[in-house]
Amino acid sequence: MPKLTMVQAINLALQQEMAKDDRVLILGEDVGVDGGVFRVTEGLQDAFGPTRVLDTPLAESAILGTAIGMAVAGLRPVAEMQFSGFSYLMVHQWEGNATRMRSRTQGQHTCPLVVRMPYGGGVRALEHHSESREAVYAHIPGGKVVIPSGPRNARALLVAAIRDPDPVVFMEPKHSYRSFREEVPEAEEVMPIGQAQVVQPGSDLTVVAWGAMMRPLLKAVEQVGGETGASIEVIDLLTVSPLDSATICDSVRRTGRCVVVQEAPRSFGVASEIIARLNDEVLLYLEAPVKRLTGYDVVTPYFGREKAYIPPLPRIVRGLRETLAF
Amino acid sequence: MPRKTLAEFTVEFLQILDEDGNFDADLEPDLPPAELLRLYRGMVRARELDQRMLKLQRQGRIGTFGPCTGQEAPSAAAALAMQKDDWFVGAFRELSGRLLRGEPLTNPLYYYNGWEEGNVQPPEVGRRMLPLAVVVASQVPQAAGLGYAVKYRGEQSAVVCFLGDGATSEGDFHEGLNFAAVWQAPVVFVSQNNQWAISIPRAQQTRSRTLAQKGIAYEIPCLQVDGNDPLACYAAIKEGLDRARAGGGPTLIEAVTYRLLMHTTADDPRKYRDEAEEQEWWRKEPLLRFRKYLEAKRLWDEARENALRDEVRAEVDAAVATFEETAPWPPDRPFEHVFARSEPHLDQQRREFLAGLKEDADA
Repeated sequence: MPKLTMVQAINLALQQEMAKDDRVLILGEDVGVDGGVFRVTEGLQDAFGPTRVLDTPLAESAILGTAIGMAVAGLRPVAEMQFSGFSYLMVHQWEGNATRMRSRTQGQHTCPLVVRMPYGGGVRALEHHSESREAVYAHIPGGKVVIPSGPRNARALLVAAIRDPDPVVFMEPKHSYRSFREEVPEAEEVMPIGQAQVVQPGSDLTVVAWGAMMRPLLKAVEQVGGETGASIEVIDLLTVSPLDSATICDSVRRTGRCVVVQEAPRSFGVASEIIARLNDEVLLYLEAPVKRLTGYDVVTPYFGREKAYIPPLPRIVRGLRETLAF
Repeated sequence: MPRKTLAEFTVEFLQILDEDGNFDADLEPDLPPAELLRLYRGMVRARELDQRMLKLQRQGRIGTFGPCTGQEAPSAAAALAMQKDDWFVGAFRELSGRLLRGEPLTNPLYYYNGWEEGNVQPPEVGRRMLPLAVVVASQVPQAAGLGYAVKYRGEQSAVVCFLGDGATSEGDFHEGLNFAAVWQAPVVFVSQNNQWAISIPRAQQTRSRTLAQKGIAYEIPCLQVDGNDPLACYAAIKEGLDRARAGGGPTLIEAVTYRLLMHTTADDPRKYRDEAEEQEWWRKEPLLRFRKYLEAKRLWDEARENALRDEVRAEVDAAVATFEETAPWPPDRPFEHVFARSEPHLDQQRREFLAGLKEDADA
């Protein structure tokens, strides 16, 4: 099995889906000749031509707006936002149109499209290039928000997103684009959207994260588990919305303790929603307050200071210890 | 290194039928009598429904709505010029065109009474029609995308996309036009310049002398037409559709018309414009002049007019009766079609909502 980076794995998913289905096309800024600023779409315009891999003018709203038209007309567009920080220029198309088309027409028209966007910090990028704003999209009914954490699940989830009958925001942790490789099978692999994955079973504490926070979290779990002998269950959310409450609640029913780690600012975020669901479903099973380890409610710091803001390993380690000791 | 002229542009204006019923036989489109009558009937149906809805709103029998009176010509003409497989993309003042495309008279009644039922078309009508675009200009890039898709699939169909004068100030208007031009997408954009975006007059919306000229920046053929002249609207839209089908890309048409009534029933035009201006435009409205045209063609007379009005009013009466008698969807209908398949959290919330309703009713 070849070992691929996340960039290569996403490229593989796009290439295979395009080869299989001529309704699938890619549009965005610099996605064609240049292969995307992160090279995610490299080689695809050569393989499929400029009518299927469209280098668009520079306008995020029209990239999604036209993708909506294409999707309504029966195509399966995969639109790229060059960075999630520029995606707010298309939010009205997402909120007002893509996510409502099915409901407004009671299923006569649908919007099976994917908006891919690199998000998050850790690559020493300029301002507006490092935010983690999944909650913005997760809050909007009618759309799905998927965040892979590694090459293999990125490939399998993107295939699912392209085939999904509803609009999907696919947020790619750019910190994980090239930082590690995984074995990714050449043969088709699909993972279901809306299903979290228990990546390590445990009985004393549940930890939940997604995207680029999975790597430091797993390190922290190894360290704290080694120190304390605690058995820690690790859940990779994979889909932020619709949130897989069942997997998280089942786990916390068994462990009685939970820590949620997110890169995004603290307030009104996905961690808050997870805690609210635990409150609804498993309050009486809790042995400790559910902790969230998050970014802060400030403008995302420029890269000179970002390391201290994105929950760093020592902070995660402390958080796990505190919750275990409560 | 001289300074020299690189390009010069012109903007044309087209009128075929003036407000007094005079018409230019050289420019007159070649429409058979049955089509001319269909056009007139389509405009009359929209006018009658609009006027009835105004009364219903004042009586509290429907909610706030945006009347289309005076703007019947452009979208009715478009419906006439379009083929069955063409996409109709409206804003929210294209009642005549929507009705001509087959939208039931009951839909606007449901919609403006706050019921989602009104945005859902019968399958054969909706298959090539987008729902209303309330977020101004957001439909413009969508139309460009529809155009790309039909071209990509090698269809012969095209797209007609309506917008208002205010929409030309929105970023989506410019982005959508630009994409359509770059892709040479088969789209006819029709800006109904009704002179007012709620309280903002056309002159305050843009310094441009015409809205049509905004197409020039994108190398899109553009034309200003008398938007109260159904023949000019038809000829211009037909020309745009022919160009689109022949691979000539998009067209921008500015249809100069007038919103004779309020923006919606929630505002009072007396706050921002003179009645004298409205009176001037009532003289130029499209139904009056088209009737004169039909009479000149010996296709129409007083008796036929009365018969048509009676027939349409009865049709509107029946629609109102249906609307008022028909139970709307059940209260939990918004939980359907959120996604292709429902999700556990939605199922749970739906149960909770219904149980709450039952408790409220029992209390």
